[in-house]
Amino acid sequence: MSDATVPAHRVLGLTDAEYDLILDKLGREPNAVELSMFSLMWSEHCAYKHSKKLLGQLPTEGPYLLMGPGENAGAVDVGDGLAIAFKVESHNHPSAVEPFQGAATGVGGILRDIFAVGARPIAVLDSLRFGEPTGTRSRYLLEHAVGGIGHYGNSIGVPTVGGEIYFEPAYEQNCLVNAMALGIAPHDRLTRAAATGPGNVLVLFGALTGRDGIGGASVLASAELDEDDADKRPTVQIGDPFAEKKLLECSLELLDSDLLVSLQDLGAAGLTSSSSEMASKGGLGLDIHVDRVPLREPGMEPFEIMVSESQERMLCVVEPSKVDAVLAVCEKWETTATAIGEVTDSGHLRVLQGGEVVGDMPVPALVDDCPLYDLAPEKPATPTYPTAPRALKAADDDLQATLPELLGSANIASRRPVFEQYDWIVQSRTVRRPEEADAAVLTLPDGSAIAVSIDCSGRRVAADPYRGTVEAVFECAANLACTGAEPLGLTNCLNFGNPEKPHVAWQLTESVRGMADACRALDTPVVGGNVSLYNESGGGPIYPTPVVGLVGRLPEAARAGRLGFAQAGDAIAVIRAASPSLPASELAKLRGDALPDGLPQQDTGALRAAIELVRDAVRRGDVRSAHDVAEGGLAVALSETALAGGLGASIDLTQVGGSTCQSKPLDEQLFGEAPGTFIVSGSRELLASLKAPKGVALAVSIVGEVGGDTLSIAHTGGTLSWTLDELRTPRERGLGDLLDDATRLDD
Amino acid sequence: MKFGVLRFPGTCDEVDAQLACERVAGAEILWHGDRDLKGVDAIVVPGGFSYGDYLRVGAIARFSPLMESVIDFAREGGPVLGICNGFQILCEAGLLPGALLPNRTLRFVCRQVDLRVERTDTPFTNACEQGELLSIPAKHTTGCWYAPKQLHEQVEANGQVLLRYADGQNFNGSLADVAGVCNEAGNVFGLMPHPEHAVDPLTGSTDGLKLFASIRDSLAAHV
Repeated sequence: MSDATVPAHRVLGLTDAEYDLILDKLGREPNAVELSMFSLMWSEHCAYKHSKKLLGQLPTEGPYLLMGPGENAGAVDVGDGLAIAFKVESHNHPSAVEPFQGAATGVGGILRDIFAVGARPIAVLDSLRFGEPTGTRSRYLLEHAVGGIGHYGNSIGVPTVGGEIYFEPAYEQNCLVNAMALGIAPHDRLTRAAATGPGNVLVLFGALTGRDGIGGASVLASAELDEDDADKRPTVQIGDPFAEKKLLECSLELLDSDLLVSLQDLGAAGLTSSSSEMASKGGLGLDIHVDRVPLREPGMEPFEIMVSESQERMLCVVEPSKVDAVLAVCEKWETTATAIGEVTDSGHLRVLQGGEVVGDMPVPALVDDCPLYDLAPEKPATPTYPTAPRALKAADDDLQATLPELLGSANIASRRPVFEQYDWIVQSRTVRRPEEADAAVLTLPDGSAIAVSIDCSGRRVAADPYRGTVEAVFECAANLACTGAEPLGLTNCLNFGNPEKPHVAWQLTESVRGMADACRALDTPVVGGNVSLYNESGGGPIYPTPVVGLVGRLPEAARAGRLGFAQAGDAIAVIRAASPSLPASELAKLRGDALPDGLPQQDTGALRAAIELVRDAVRRGDVRSAHDVAEGGLAVALSETALAGGLGASIDLTQVGGSTCQSKPLDEQLFGEAPGTFIVSGSRELLASLKAPKGVALAVSIVGEVGGDTLSIAHTGGTLSWTLDELRTPRERGLGDLLDDATRLDD
Repeated sequence: MKFGVLRFPGTCDEVDAQLACERVAGAEILWHGDRDLKGVDAIVVPGGFSYGDYLRVGAIARFSPLMESVIDFAREGGPVLGICNGFQILCEAGLLPGALLPNRTLRFVCRQVDLRVERTDTPFTNACEQGELLSIPAKHTTGCWYAPKQLHEQVEANGQVLLRYADGQNFNGSLADVAGVCNEAGNVFGLMPHPEHAVDPLTGSTDGLKLFASIRDSLAAHV
């Protein structure tokens, strides 16, 4: 605001037309407090002004849905009077600027969303994207983002049960840190954020309000990153998991004691967005006395108090007669709590200091009247992303060397060095730990369980935004099926570049269309999510990355599927709904092949049939292992299954069914990728009984047997064979070597 | 009999510990600000990050009103089990020998480990076999047990080491692979791994249950 030549509203990120609209809504010029509040509420991060129109396509109705988009988190019914609330959210730009605190406060923020709806957080998952790990900056970001996630999640006692990490050059300058959280609540504790009852009291509790993170959401999350990012470090917030642990226990005790009318967390845009959204949902007004807000430092301006993004704070509405009881619970948890305002019937958000009105805005103007923009999508005529040079050492015809090298590559190697830094057992619900099954499984009190998976291959979405997004949704459903779970609801985090650019607008438009179609094909509603745009820098946009988080339920926790071979002598079957292909695969990337223009079209009916066949077989106990084939294709999935069980296998590739499988080159059969392919093992009779529904293009073939300590794959031209050690060593070392390297760089 | 499980602000594993205790006996959560131990027969100081562990692990919790009562209870011979942060707190309180230092890698590590039982004639391990390997998860950043040479020799000579990491599994760098030690009197025991997370075949192994059952059985034997 210091530059006299540029009007204040433009410095704050508002266009001239948006400013004119504010003048119109207020009937006068906004003062500095009002302008800063408008600039946040009308930022991309808060108003979704470039994505809201598209998001209307997503299905949001389903038989298990209890709370849909618009609340702090969505929620689904899991039976027995219990609900699971969940949501995924991005913290990309803060993490690019300061990865440890950026990632830590990302976890803190999503956890607050969960307990703001009255649910006790029971699990965290993370979806991370970095540049190629050959770069020192990428390794630094990885090491510190993982450290930050662990620091926050471990300290607050919520298990980190799953996640995914991909390394691609398109994320070099703009890493992605998406955090998903799940919580559990009795139906009647689910809480909405609407402020009701004029005369009720607004109580702010939790950490003190400071100057940290001022304008974080608008400055960081609503514009492209540039070279001066180091200057933005003060806009990143600092997390305090101990404060949040107390805040969490305090919030749940307040709700259990029936002391609150409504509850809301303070996230991006701080008090401004939390209060105006509460008022908007209740159709009422609020008076906030900024001089009553407990401050970390003296002399803060009213606008600073209203926009501060200090972490670990909550806002609640309380009936006047219960205020003392609320303050007593907060005192028990050593959490500062202060009555800072009242609910009014004015329909205005008024900011007062020493009794003087220093800001007065109609709530609908702040919350609803931000203009929504149509995108101007245009499919790019030339490739958006440069082709990376070949990284694979193995020659194209040396498939013997290709498999171990793929298993040790950054996107496929074991994630153990990362997930061992997370507590995945606290709260005693974790039935399937990381790398035990394709999805995390958490038991519920009635003996049933929920399964959860988070996934998205940005490279495949970059090759084909529509089909790549359909694949991401089906991939999560496939992961759930391998544990025996049926999807109940989906959350997403749409990470894209600058939507004002036509080719990014095209990616976003196609991707949302794919998400909507895939959700309909699986009868699964979207319960909420988050959009993160402007993820680009001088090097261009990130890969379009619509991260999907899927939550499902299985009837018996004890029968949850595992991915590893279980018993020597078991038969192995491949279930296949689509033919594998190399373009856009992991192998193609490592070979330095260009991204294709489009992915093969898939029959979503066959994909769904494959998922249901696997799910039902796992539920009946007909299979002793189930694993979905993903990055690296069949040979990598067989290796993972063998290593997880500590048992080898002999496979006859000529028995793998599917109309066009056998006509493909050997490398494509082994390493080609396609959705809807599974490896299951079990008794020969039970596997032989697995049949595709009539009229569905789904091949079920018995292809081999479990046993020994080698993986051997017979094909028409001979047999490839590896000892388990030859596969285990690169797979176990791939990521660990990179992380150890990062630690050394730090010293 | 009844276990009392302590809860400080920042404790994370108290409900898990309570559930584990309830598999063998009764259990009740005790609040850090109270002094009343409510007549419990044994104390579990569970894991987590008491008071954020901000000054030094366990350093603040050790001074809480409830801990003063626990220290008296321990001095009178009552059985006290400290797990992870609980072990750290008991060391800070001077109830157990040695100290916990940051892991050798300086990283948080969550891993299922095997622990070798060194003695079975104690209130904490009487349900185990001599030399038996217990599969129990460990998860911590500050779990490298250390004692100066003379103290360590004393601890070994007195047979106070009840559990050691099995060969090759001492990821945190603990001296002499020590995973758990008791006091000289044998009624206070602390370990870094989490037996309360090894009590149900659904979520892992059940070997941890043996420690809770041992406490119950030793108290029953004294009645």
